[in-house]
Amino acid sequence: MSCVIGGSKNCFAAGKEVALSLASVLDPCELPATKMSAIKATKGLLALSQQDDLMDLPTNYPLSDSEDEAGSDGERKHQKLLEAIGSLSGKNRWKLPERSEAGLKVSEFNVSSEGSGEKLALSDLLEPLKSSSSLAAVKKQLNRVKSKKTLELPLHKGEVERVHREVAFSNTSQALSKWDSVVQKNRAAEQLVFPLEKEPTFVPMEHVFCEWKARSPLEQEIFNLLHKNKQPVTDPLLTPVEKASLKAMSLEEAKIRRAELQRARALQSYYEARARRMKKIKSKKAVEAGESALQKSGGGSESQPCQVPYWLPPSQPALVAILAPVYHKIVKKGKAQKALKDFEQLRKVDPDAALEELEKMEKARMLERMSLKHQNSGKWAKSKAIMAKYDLEARQAMQEQLAKNKELTQKLQVVSESEEERDAEEEEALVPDIVNEVQKAAHGPNPWMLRSCNHDAKENEIQADPEQLPEPAAPEFSKNEGDEKPVAEEGKLLEELEKRRSLRKRSELNHDAEPARDQKPKDSTNQEVLSELRALSKKLSKENHPFEKQKESPAKTVGLVQEEEPGPEEDEPLLLQRPERVRTLEELEELGKEYSLPNKELSRPSVEGEQMRTNPQNQTKGKNKKEQMISLQNLLTTRTPSVTSLALPTTVEELDDEVKRNQKQMIKEAFAGDDVIKEFLKEKREAVQANKPKDVDLTLPGWGEWGGMDLKPSAKKRRRFLIKAPEGPPRKDKNLPNVIINEKRNIHIAAHQVRVLPYPFTHHQQFERTIQNPIGSTWITQRAFQKLTAPKVVTKPGHIIKPITADDVGRQSSPRSDLSVMQTNPKRHCKHQKQLKKKAL
Amino acid sequence: MKSRGLPEVSSQALGRLKGVLHVDRRSVVGMETAPKPGRGDPPKKDKPQAKRKKPRRYWEEEPTPSAAGASPGPPRKKARTGEPRPPRSQSARIAQKPRFSKKPPIPKNASDWKKPQRTLSGAQDPFPGPVPAPLEVARKFCRIDKSKKLPHSKPKTQSQLEKAEAQEEEASVRAARAELLLAEEPGFLVGEDGEDTAKILQTDIVEAVDISSAAKHFDLNLRQFGPYRLNYSRTGRHLALGGRRGHVAALDWVTKKLMCEINVTEAVRDIHFLHSEALLAVAQNRWLYIYDNQGIELHCIRRCDRVTRLEFLPFHFLLATASETGFLTYLDVSVGKIVTALNARAGRLNVMAQNPYNAVIHLGHSNGTVSLWSPAMKEPLAKILCHRGGVRAVGVDSTGTYMATSGLDHQLKIFDLRGTFQPLSSRTLPQGAGHLAFSQRGLLVAGMGDVVNIWAGQGKGSPPSLEQPYLTHRLSGNVHGLQFCPFEDVLGVGHSGGITSMLVPGAAEPNFDGLESNPYRSRKQRQEWEVKALLEKVPAELICLDPRALAEVDVTTLEQQKKERIERLGYDPDAKAAFQPKAKQKGRSSTASLVKRKKKVMDQEHRDKVRQSLEQQQKKKQDKAKPGAHPSALDRFVR
Repeated sequence: MSCVIGGSKNCFAAGKEVALSLASVLDPCELPATKMSAIKATKGLLALSQQDDLMDLPTNYPLSDSEDEAGSDGERKHQKLLEAIGSLSGKNRWKLPERSEAGLKVSEFNVSSEGSGEKLALSDLLEPLKSSSSLAAVKKQLNRVKSKKTLELPLHKGEVERVHREVAFSNTSQALSKWDSVVQKNRAAEQLVFPLEKEPTFVPMEHVFCEWKARSPLEQEIFNLLHKNKQPVTDPLLTPVEKASLKAMSLEEAKIRRAELQRARALQSYYEARARRMKKIKSKKAVEAGESALQKSGGGSESQPCQVPYWLPPSQPALVAILAPVYHKIVKKGKAQKALKDFEQLRKVDPDAALEELEKMEKARMLERMSLKHQNSGKWAKSKAIMAKYDLEARQAMQEQLAKNKELTQKLQVVSESEEERDAEEEEALVPDIVNEVQKAAHGPNPWMLRSCNHDAKENEIQADPEQLPEPAAPEFSKNEGDEKPVAEEGKLLEELEKRRSLRKRSELNHDAEPARDQKPKDSTNQEVLSELRALSKKLSKENHPFEKQKESPAKTVGLVQEEEPGPEEDEPLLLQRPERVRTLEELEELGKEYSLPNKELSRPSVEGEQMRTNPQNQTKGKNKKEQMISLQNLLTTRTPSVTSLALPTTVEELDDEVKRNQKQMIKEAFAGDDVIKEFLKEKREAVQANKPKDVDLTLPGWGEWGGMDLKPSAKKRRRFLIKAPEGPPRKDKNLPNVIINEKRNIHIAAHQVRVLPYPFTHHQQFERTIQNPIGSTWITQRAFQKLTAPKVVTKPGHIIKPITADDVGRQSSPRSDLSVMQTNPKRHCKHQKQLKKKAL
Repeated sequence: MKSRGLPEVSSQALGRLKGVLHVDRRSVVGMETAPKPGRGDPPKKDKPQAKRKKPRRYWEEEPTPSAAGASPGPPRKKARTGEPRPPRSQSARIAQKPRFSKKPPIPKNASDWKKPQRTLSGAQDPFPGPVPAPLEVARKFCRIDKSKKLPHSKPKTQSQLEKAEAQEEEASVRAARAELLLAEEPGFLVGEDGEDTAKILQTDIVEAVDISSAAKHFDLNLRQFGPYRLNYSRTGRHLALGGRRGHVAALDWVTKKLMCEINVTEAVRDIHFLHSEALLAVAQNRWLYIYDNQGIELHCIRRCDRVTRLEFLPFHFLLATASETGFLTYLDVSVGKIVTALNARAGRLNVMAQNPYNAVIHLGHSNGTVSLWSPAMKEPLAKILCHRGGVRAVGVDSTGTYMATSGLDHQLKIFDLRGTFQPLSSRTLPQGAGHLAFSQRGLLVAGMGDVVNIWAGQGKGSPPSLEQPYLTHRLSGNVHGLQFCPFEDVLGVGHSGGITSMLVPGAAEPNFDGLESNPYRSRKQRQEWEVKALLEKVPAELICLDPRALAEVDVTTLEQQKKERIERLGYDPDAKAAFQPKAKQKGRSSTASLVKRKKKVMDQEHRDKVRQSLEQQQKKKQDKAKPGAHPSALDRFVR
C-alpha cells in the first residue's frame, strides 16, 4: 500500500461510527474487488491510504491493490461493466452486494447489517448473549466514550513546540517585567552604590538609650536630678505635670458640658427659625406699623409724619393690611421720615453733630451715584427690560428702580419735597443751603468739589424742580390710576414752586430787615444771592461765548448738561480753563460719533489730516532708512560732543578756538589723501567676494561652435553650462558697515569640538544645552563640582556584589512575587499580553 | 592748581569725601575666608557651629537670670512661644520664596525625607525649610543659553535636558550662596551734594583715607631715564617699570621693596611680567629679553625683534609681541616656542591690547581700523573701522564687552564687542588720548598729554559714561604708560617724570581668588600655583571670538558625516519612514485603495512642501523689499 500524504479529515468525520464497528471485526488488508465496495469502504474507514484510490478511480488508474489480485482482473472488469449497465437502467444504483458463498476470508466491506433489521450498535457487539454484571464497568466506560465528542486531532509536533514557546515567553516576560521599573530607575540614577543597601531604618534615640544605665557617679547624679524633676527619660515629650493637665477633665464632666452646649445650640436654632418665620409675615407687621403710626399721628403732634399713604383714610387699618406688597415702601418711607425728624432735632440740639450727619448722608449719596445700583443695569433689570414691552408690572418695576436711583442720588431736599408737608416748607428751602455750607466746610480746599456741589444745589433750586415733577408722580400714577390725586399733587407742587419763588424774592428784597421772620441763617441767604448772581453771570457768559455754543451744537445731548457748567466757576480763577476742556471733551465725543457713523465720508478728512501729520515723520523715517545704507560715513563723521575737561593738558590749555580750528585744519590736510572709509569699503567688498561660494563654469570653448583666438563661447552656452553655487548663509557683518568679520571656519577649534551626536539626542542644539554647564572646579563651587563629577558607579572594596534580588528593591522574595506584581499592575500586564498576541499573529 | 586750605579739608574730609578704599582691610585671614565666587568653598562646618550657641538639652536646668546673657536659654524660649523671629538679613528674607523653580528640590537621599519636622526633644528648627539662596545672584551664574528654541525632543532626551538644567540650577544656587563669602565691598567716592568728584584732588583723597591706603599714593621721581612704561603683576603686588633710556626695575610696590634694578643700556620699548612676578619680559631696541626677578638675563629671543608692545595671555602662557616690522608674534613661554607669527600687513604696530575675556589681541592701525587676532587664524578675526585717522590707543574691559579706542581725530569711542562692534558713545577730547586702560570694575582711564582722566559707569559691567569724568589728575610729565593695579584701588601712571601711583576709589575688584591670584602668597604657594596653572594651560588654538565655542557641536562635520553615511548606506537611516497604509478589513484593503491612500498622503506632503517653499520665497521677497536696515529698539516709536 502506498502511503498518502494529506489525507482528508472529513472522511474520518463522516463515517466514524461504521469505522469503529468495522475496525474491531475486520481485517483492513482484505479488500474487495468491486469498485463500489471500494468506494463504500473508503467512506467508512479512517484509512487515509485509500484516499488516493478514490481519487484515482475516475481516471482509470490501476487500482492500488491490483497487484494482489491480478488474476481476477478480468472478472472484475466484467462485474464493473455489468454494474454500470445496471445502474444505467434502474433507480437502485446502490445495489447491496450479495454474499453468495462462505469463504475463509470475509471482506470487511461486504458485511451487511441486513439480517438484524436495525443498525448495528456498538454495545451489541460487546454484549454477551446473557447479560453479565462483570461487563458493567466496561459498559459504563463505553457510554462515557460515546457521550464524549470525538477527540481532537493532536497538533503537530512543531505546532506544539511553538505554543509551548509562546507560553514560556509570555510567562518569562511577565516575570521579568516587574523589574522594568527597577532597571529604568537604575539606568537613570545619577549614582549607584554596590553592594546594594537597604535603606537604613531609623531607631529613635530613646530606644537606643533604653539599655543604657548610669554608672559613673556623675551620670548618676545627673539622673538623680532628672528624676527629681520627674523629667521623662525615655519619652521626653510630656512631663507628668503636662500629662496630668491633659487628664484634668473627667469623662462625665465632659459629657455634661457637651450636653449643655448642645442644648444651647438647639435653642438658638429654634429661635432663629422662629424669627425667620416671623420675619416673613409682612402683613402682620405692616398692620402693626400702620397702627402704631396711626396712633402716633392721632395722638401726637402734627409734625409727626403719616406713615400710611396719604390717600387712605387713616381709620382703615384693614385696608392697610391689604396693601402688603407696598409694605416695604411704607416701612422705608417711615424710616426716612423718622431719620429726617431726628436730624431736625439734632440740628436744633447739636449743630455740629447734624453737620456730620449730613456729611454722612452726602457720602451715601455719592456712593450711590458712583455705584451701578438702581441703574437698570443689573441682571434682574435686564430680565425685566425684556418683559417690559408686554408686562405692565415689569415696566413699573423698572421705573420704580429708576425713580429710586433718582431719589437716592438727589440732594436731600428732594426727599423732603416729595412728602406732603406744607408747614415745613421753609425749612425745606433751607436744607440745600445748609448742605452747601457743609460741603464747603467739608471739602474746603478742593475747588472741583465745591463747584460741583454748588452747581448741584443751584440746579436743584432753580430748574431741577420742574424736572422732578414727573418722577415722584410716576410710581403713584401706576398705583392708583384714575385717581385725580396726582393731578392735585402736581398742582400743589406748582403752587409750592410759586410760593418759593416769591419767598426768595421777598428774602432778596428784605433779608436784612427780616432775618428772624425768614428763619434763615444769614449765610444761607447770602448763598442764595450768590447763586442768583451766578445764574446771571452764567447767562452773560453764554452770550460772551457764542463760539462755544456753536461748537456745542452738534453734540446737543452733551451740551444740555454742559451748558450749565461753566457758569458757577466763572468767578474762580483756578477754573478758568474749564470751558476749553469741555470743548475738547465734546470734540472727543464728536470724533467718536464720526467714527461710528456708517458713511465714512465725514471721517475721512480727519484721518487724512492725521496722515498728513504723520507723513513728514514718515518721510524723515524714509530718509533715515536711506541714510542707514551709507551709515559708515555717518558713523565716522558725526560730530561728537567735545569734553570740557577740568584739567586740560598743558599743551592744549592755551589753545583758543582759533588755534583749535587751525589744528583741525591741519589734521584735515594731513589726512586728505587717504580716504579711510573708501579703502575700508573696498577691503570689505573684496573680503565678501573672496568668501562667496564660486560658480562652476563647465563650458568647453570650441565645442559645437567655432573656437580659436578671440572667440568666446556664446552666452547661451555659457549660461547653460554654468553651475551656480548655492547661496551660503548671510554674513554676520551684513548690516555692520564698519566691520569685516572673518567667516572662515576655525579648524583648530573644530578639532576640539564634538562632531558626533550621542545617542538620545536628535538635534545638536539639544546636546549643546547639556554641555553648556561647566563642571570644572574653577567655575563652580567645590560641592557642586564634587556632585557633578561623582562616579556613576561606586563599589565598596572587599564586598561581594550579588545580583539584585527582590529584597533589594523592597519587594517580597516569595516565589509568587510575580503574581503579586501582576496584580498590582494589571494594566501593564494587559498591555503586555496584547503585545504578545500581536507578535503571535 | 588751586590749593585748598588743608585744615578745612581735614575738617570736612569725613563728610565730604566718602572715598572708601577697601585696600587696607585685606588681611591674611580675610584671604582665606574670601575666595572668588566661582571657587567659594562651602562654609566650613566647625566654625559656625562653634560660634552658634550650644543647644540646650532637656535635662539641663532652666537658665538662671544671672546667666541668661551667656546661656542659650532665651532664644529657645522664643522658639517655644512662637514669637516672631528676629529680622534676618536681606538675602535670608529673599529665600522665603521658593528658590528657583516651583517644584521643591529633590532631596539627595531618602534620609532627607525621613527627617522629622519636629525633633524628639521637642525643639523646633529655628530656620526651617531649605537653605536660602538669593535668586537674582543665582541667575548671574546660569550658563545655559535658553534663548534658542529647541526642536521637539523625545522623552528620553527631554529627561537629559531636564537633568542638565537641574544641575545648572543647583550649581548656580550654590555659587550664589557662596557669594556670601565675598566680604569686601568696592570702594567709592561721593562728592558733597552736587559736587563734581572730578574736582577732588589726590591730596584730598589721601587726606581722607587711612594711613595704609594713603601710603599707596606715591610718586617716583625718575627724570633721568625718560618716559616710563609700567606693568603690574597679575596679583597686583609687584610693579615693573622700564624707562625709555634703559632703566628696568621691579619692586614690591606695597612694601616698596626693590627686587631688582638694572640698566639694559638700550632703549626699552615695553615691559611686562610673565605669568608670575619671577619672570620679566622687556622689549628692548632690537630683541626681546627675559629677566628674572634678580635682574639676571635669562633669554634673548631674537625671533622677536624690534618689539614695540607686549601682552601676556595668562591662561595660554602666551606672550604676544607686536613689532615694528608689522608682525604679531605669539611666544609660548611654557615651552619657549613661537606659536605663530602673523603678518598684520598694516605697517608698524604700536597699539595693542588684549581682551581678557577671550584672549583675543586687538591691534590698532594707522588706517583707523582695529583688528582682532587669534593665533589660530592667519587673518584677523574681525576688522573694525573706528576712526578717520589712525588709532592711537585701544583698551578692552575685563568682561570683554566694551572696547575703548582713541584716534588721531581726537575722538574717544566706546565700542560694543558683543557681535555688533558698533560705537556706543563717543566724545571729542581736546587732545586725543594717547593711552587707554580699563580697570577691573570697568573704569576707563585716558592719558592725554600730562593729564589723566578717569570715567566711571554704573557699576560693573556697564560702559563708562563719558559725560563727566570721575577723576582727573595732572602729572609732572607726559603720560607714557597706564595700568590699573589689580585688586587695589590704584592707578599706575608712567610718565616722563617717573611713576605716579594714584588712588582711584572703586577701581578694582575688592575680592580676590586666593587660589588664582593671591597677593599674599608665599614662594611655595606660588610654585604650587605655577604647576597647577601649567597643568590647566589652554591650548593656543582655542583662542577665538566666542570662548564658549567649545561647548558647541561641530555642525559642519556632523552634517558632512551624515551625508557620507547616507551615501554609504544608500538610504537615510534617520529619515522618516515612508507611509505604509494599514491593512483594513471588509474589502477596503484592496490594492487600489491602498495605492489611493498612499497617494493621498504623498500629495499632502508634497502640498506642504510647496506651501513652505512659497512662504519662504515670499519672506525673501519681503526681506528684499525692506531695506537692509538693522531694526532699532526705538523704531516702535516712529510713526
